[in-house]
Amino acid sequence: MAWTIYLSFAGALVEALLPKGKNELARWLALAVAGAALILALTGFVSGMGQGRVVLADAAWVPSMGIHYLLAADGISRVLVLLTGIAAVAGVLFSWNIELRTNQFFAFYFALIGGVFGVFLSFDFFLLFTFYEIAIVPKYFLIAIWGSTRRGYGAMKLALYSFVGSAMVLIGLLAAYTASGSHSTALVDLARAGLPVHMQMWLFPLVFVGFAILAGMWPFHTWAPTGHVAAPTAASMLLAGVVMKLGAYGCLRAGMGLFPHGLDPWGFSFLGLGSWRDVFAVLAVIGIVYGALVALAQSDFKFVIGYSSVSHMGFVLLGLMTLNQIGLDGAVLQMFSHGVIAGLLFAIVGRIVYERTHTRQLAELETMHLARRLPFAAWAFVIAGIASMGLPGFSGFIAELQVLVGAWHANPWWTAAAGVGIVVGVAYTWRALQKAFFTDAVPTAHELESEQAHGFAPITWPEMAGVALLGISTIVVGLYPRILLDSIEPAVKALLAGGMQ
Amino acid sequence: MNGILTLLTVLPLAGAAIALFSGRHGRGVALVTSLLSLVLALVVWLHLPADGAMGMVELHPWAPSLGIEYHLGVDGLGALMLVLSAIVTLMSVDAAHRVHHQPGLYYALVLALESGLFGSFTALNFFHWFLFWELSLIPAFFLIKLWGGPKRGPAATQFFIYTMAGSVALLLSFLAVFLSTGVMDFGKLADMAANGTLAQMVTAHLGAVMPWLAMGVLAGFAVKVPLMPFHTWLPAAYAEAPSPVTMLLTGAMSKMGVYGLLRIAIPIFGPQIAALRTPLLVLAVATVVMGAWAAAAQKDLKRIFAYSSVNHLGYCLLGIFALAIPAGAASQGTQAAALNGVILQMFNHGLTAAALFWFVAMIQMRSGGLRGIDDFGGLRKPAPVLAGLMGIALFSSLGLPGLNGFVSEFLIFRGVFPLSWVAGTVAVLGLLVTAAVILTVIQKVFAGPVPERWAEFPDLHASERLALAPVIGLMLLLGLVPQLIVDTINPTVMNLLAHWRF
Amino acid sequence: MNYADLFRVTLPETVLEVAAIVVLVADLVFLRKAVLRARVAAASLLGIAGCAVAWWAVGCAGAQGFSAGQGWGAGSDLLLAAGGTAGVAQVGILVLTALTLLLLIDADFTRHAGEYVAVVLMAAAGGMLIAAAQDLLVIFIGLELLSLGLYILTAFAKKSGKSAEAAMKYYLFGGMSAAFLLFGFSYLYGLSGSTSLPRVVYGTYMASAHGGTMLLYVALVMIAAGLGFKVAAVPFHLWAPDTYEGAPAPAAAFIASVSKVASFALLISISSVALHFFGELHFTYVKAYVTARIVSEPVHITPGIPTAWPLILMVLAVTSMVLGNLAALAQSSVRRLLAYSAVAHAGYILLGLAFFSWSSASAHAILYYILTYGLTTVGAFGVVAVVERATGSDRMDAFLGLQKRNPLLAAVTLVLFLSLAGIPPLVGFWAKFNLFAAVLGVGAGSVSLWLVALAIAMSAISLYYYLQVLKRAYVMPATDETPIQAHPVTLVVLLAIAAAVLVMGCFPALLQNWIASF
Repeated sequence: MAWTIYLSFAGALVEALLPKGKNELARWLALAVAGAALILALTGFVSGMGQGRVVLADAAWVPSMGIHYLLAADGISRVLVLLTGIAAVAGVLFSWNIELRTNQFFAFYFALIGGVFGVFLSFDFFLLFTFYEIAIVPKYFLIAIWGSTRRGYGAMKLALYSFVGSAMVLIGLLAAYTASGSHSTALVDLARAGLPVHMQMWLFPLVFVGFAILAGMWPFHTWAPTGHVAAPTAASMLLAGVVMKLGAYGCLRAGMGLFPHGLDPWGFSFLGLGSWRDVFAVLAVIGIVYGALVALAQSDFKFVIGYSSVSHMGFVLLGLMTLNQIGLDGAVLQMFSHGVIAGLLFAIVGRIVYERTHTRQLAELETMHLARRLPFAAWAFVIAGIASMGLPGFSGFIAELQVLVGAWHANPWWTAAAGVGIVVGVAYTWRALQKAFFTDAVPTAHELESEQAHGFAPITWPEMAGVALLGISTIVVGLYPRILLDSIEPAVKALLAGGMQ
Repeated sequence: MNGILTLLTVLPLAGAAIALFSGRHGRGVALVTSLLSLVLALVVWLHLPADGAMGMVELHPWAPSLGIEYHLGVDGLGALMLVLSAIVTLMSVDAAHRVHHQPGLYYALVLALESGLFGSFTALNFFHWFLFWELSLIPAFFLIKLWGGPKRGPAATQFFIYTMAGSVALLLSFLAVFLSTGVMDFGKLADMAANGTLAQMVTAHLGAVMPWLAMGVLAGFAVKVPLMPFHTWLPAAYAEAPSPVTMLLTGAMSKMGVYGLLRIAIPIFGPQIAALRTPLLVLAVATVVMGAWAAAAQKDLKRIFAYSSVNHLGYCLLGIFALAIPAGAASQGTQAAALNGVILQMFNHGLTAAALFWFVAMIQMRSGGLRGIDDFGGLRKPAPVLAGLMGIALFSSLGLPGLNGFVSEFLIFRGVFPLSWVAGTVAVLGLLVTAAVILTVIQKVFAGPVPERWAEFPDLHASERLALAPVIGLMLLLGLVPQLIVDTINPTVMNLLAHWRF
Repeated sequence: MNYADLFRVTLPETVLEVAAIVVLVADLVFLRKAVLRARVAAASLLGIAGCAVAWWAVGCAGAQGFSAGQGWGAGSDLLLAAGGTAGVAQVGILVLTALTLLLLIDADFTRHAGEYVAVVLMAAAGGMLIAAAQDLLVIFIGLELLSLGLYILTAFAKKSGKSAEAAMKYYLFGGMSAAFLLFGFSYLYGLSGSTSLPRVVYGTYMASAHGGTMLLYVALVMIAAGLGFKVAAVPFHLWAPDTYEGAPAPAAAFIASVSKVASFALLISISSVALHFFGELHFTYVKAYVTARIVSEPVHITPGIPTAWPLILMVLAVTSMVLGNLAALAQSSVRRLLAYSAVAHAGYILLGLAFFSWSSASAHAILYYILTYGLTTVGAFGVVAVVERATGSDRMDAFLGLQKRNPLLAAVTLVLFLSLAGIPPLVGFWAKFNLFAAVLGVGAGSVSLWLVALAIAMSAISLYYYLQVLKRAYVMPATDETPIQAHPVTLVVLLAIAAAVLVMGCFPALLQNWIASF
């Protein structure tokens, strides 16, 4: 499984060295690399079923500082690595039409993917941080070079937000490392170091917020919509699908895993908030509702999806803050689920529709009668949309349900507020669906004429394959969630038993 | 027989997948699939356990942490609904032979809807049931949205929003139940309700919310059936949907609501519903009477039949709410009669209403889209067969003795009068008005002088006659020999009544 | 006192001086008629050979010291101490000097290649001297040797008005700072009666215990001003942007790397002497004395160098980090940007010096930082030089479309600038991590934590301006798409530097172990 990392970086290197102009070769190579990574991830996932934490590689990296090159995988890692593999393949498929500096695009793309794999497999805080940062830089270039609307702004905003977040994490890492006696940066050792409670009390929020910035936690989410909108399709797929998961994963693995006492009650309460847990849960809930409400008011199709990501990631964070088995299960499952669904939504909006209509304004799409002219896109969006709404039979339902159940046990009001977010979620998805694809307006003669004149390019096979891959993933998990839950549950149990309560 | 229910659910989905890619041949695929489904449904119907308990149970763990199991089973009620859904789908596919626009997709959606119906009539776990409940909603929405009449957009949206709101209410109620008990299985929940632990646990966790939960569940089903005042989506949706889709909506989908009341609401929230019995009865009677009056006020055939559907399903609701009465307050015989009547009425209304909308479709096809009752007259002369067969269906709807409608309505009133004579008496008004409406339709459409333009109104041709014959035959048969169904469902009815606690 | 020892200890410096003379002679005598290209190549190759020999000499010298006079304590009146951190710094100086000489091969700003190389070598010798110096006078001599060389190098592009202006500014500021430094040294001598660092520390300590604190503070502030000028710490940084901008690129690279390494090595030895001194004596005789005389608490809040010096450094560190980074945000010239970024990096290192630890961790971390920083900066100036030659400008816009005009150069830029920004797995990140871990490892409570937090926050800001350059190289469309040709040697050197930055980043233990092995 560790080879997913090396393979991706090797892919990045080879792509970077490819001569210019060999776009077709670059594409197929990218698909081969991503496919191989997916196969590795899948075999790793399957062979890891039923096992606990498996160490993949352990070598002294900087012996004098106790830093280890420690790769390992538990159930959570395996699920997220699998997600990354799926998203990587889908991203390549939806980037098939990139003509500008194709090999560079895939070089940055695989550098990002390699970093993501690395984060999910690192069990050394330092190593995790290293991979985390590796993932930031390619993101900037992917957006800035190949992006669309206000790409420079979106890319820079994203890069700076990420970097500020990682700066917070770095401070936390340094403080924890030195406070624990500078022996080791392995997650296990740091967790066992028994940092004093008062220290955890400020380290926890620092690291948690640092990671949560990338997870799109309100009010630090503002990079997300602009970043998503600016990014090229594959990048926004990865951004929403995988990179936001990096943040959430970091919150879980590092923030909560290392500083469990940071979640303890403060001993006093302020505005009804008695601990960091309450604070972040409330922020998560605000994110859910706020993201959904703002998505409802957008006129740009991609912004709708961008804000919906904020809303859905709120469920992940809320799930984390439930601190119980079912809520955490739900949070991890939601990471997977949202990764797949958001990828699908961005692919449809950014690639299939935008590349043909050259607009993302809902008002303009309304005049195009896309349900008739792009039936494939319309129906793919129907599937993705209802999956995103959290209808049963799709992965989102089980995930959000678990989060809600977990939140209920923690604090019923959270569930109630998040429920409002779900209802609004149905509304904005439906609104976008109606406006973009199934408009009621009858085409005028003029429109029909121009339709005749400017037919849309037919759907290509990579698009179909990508939609199929993501769509099938969400349905399979939706219909048989145990396929992932069997891996997630023991890992979460171990994590909870490790002191987080 | 193990696995037949799964097979039954998967078969239409597979058919849908094939139909999606078979373009103009979609109808053939859909016909074959729905025919096979009907055969399977009949097999299920014929192999039910004799004691009325759940048969053909399939039980597998699904998502254990959430108490979700793959739990299927049917008793007489479920099996009858399966047969009805299969018949109505077959009729609908048969009726829809002029889909010019994306036929593959159309038939795929119809088959997906059928799968949703099958799934929700066999599911015994909330999650599983809810999945299919929602699954059926989405194809229905698109069938209206994409193939409907001129005002299809608002109609579809209204339909979707109402049903979705009902679903959310349902979901929230069940979420609350699950959060309190950790159980999603209908059977287990019913047992817990019967011995009182459910109410205790919910009250312990959430306070005295059981009545609210019951109302949430009722609201979910009331929208679907519909119960006044939740019916306002219905006329627009029924009128704007293409007639074959309306057949599905009224013939099969509306039964999901009634079925849900019997399978889910009453067993689990019996005492709470019994406590609400009087207001519910008022609403049911209002549904019966107002539905009939509203039908009388319409000029559009489809709207007339839409409101008359409201009226007919009102009888079912009347019967159900009437028998929700604490033990000892009524003899089991009357309750059994009412329940038998309700179940029979579900089947009969499905059959009759579907047939009526089919006839509307045929008339529309011949009239170039016209369907106002004032547009026609004297069709009996140019199209005697059409008039005759549709007459039979209309009289069945009216409840003429000797036809299927009569038996079920009689049984319902036979049960309702002893249980609540006031409700029964007022509801009779609905019967009368319905009779008047139907007779008006017959008179305005078939009787009287033939207008000039309809002199050449073509009659049914052979294939249509052939297709309609079994349906009309079934109406007559059930009118004369209702035992065919009653004998099978009676054990289920007794079984259900034995388990219910109010 | 033994002059054979002195020769042994100063063997590397001697080698450099000899090499300088050889270069001069070779250039002036043998190569007068040769084409400029050959002269430049010969001079720089000879210079590099000199560096190589000097490296070997550093290895030979090993860890030893040279003391003058007699006093109490074995090493109390050391003049020079080779080996240890000084050895690391010396090797670093040699390597970086060699690299800047390699970059000269492509340069055409002067016809006096021999003189240039000779001055570089002499300045490097000065740098090596202060890296090992343990005596105030030696420090001053070394500093002046280095500085004079730098003034000349800055002015070496005689045709460029900018170069002359920069040199003049540099010289004036430098002269003033040297005066400050000397003034401070004289106070120290007055307070302690000695010029040997350990004795100065001890003497000032005793003096301050007797009430000479104010005078000591004045002296320390003066010294900080003098040394702060060398490392370009705010507020003594004003020369840096102009010098970086005006000096010929190889000279600027030399100033930015070698002179920095030498100055910080000096600061390290001052700090470690202070700590080392107290490490031995704190808990024996001084502590008892001071505890009895001044405070009833144990000596953790002693007056004198151990408290005043870190405080001054801390102030310098904070102002440098903040102002350096903020000013860099506003730059449009890449050289000025590098200058302000150098100010910022000096701030981080000063933080490490302010929280200097007993163990070798701090010294190693600072050396690691300054060496890798020097390497990266040399590379960065190499890139600037190539771009400047092709476009005639060091504006950021000169980098437009670099990835199209010379992909390899663009890749080098990417690696180097990201390393400067501290992105893993490049070496700049390790350096920062190492340094900040060392600062926190000293365990000075929440102050160090807040300052580290500030430093990390500032380095997050720094990403913005580094990205501005990379954005032009990679993202924005080129206004001119003609390929940029780089001299093959230059390109190889730059690629090697980038590769080193990457490899050392992936295997940070390599350099760490090497530093620790001295």
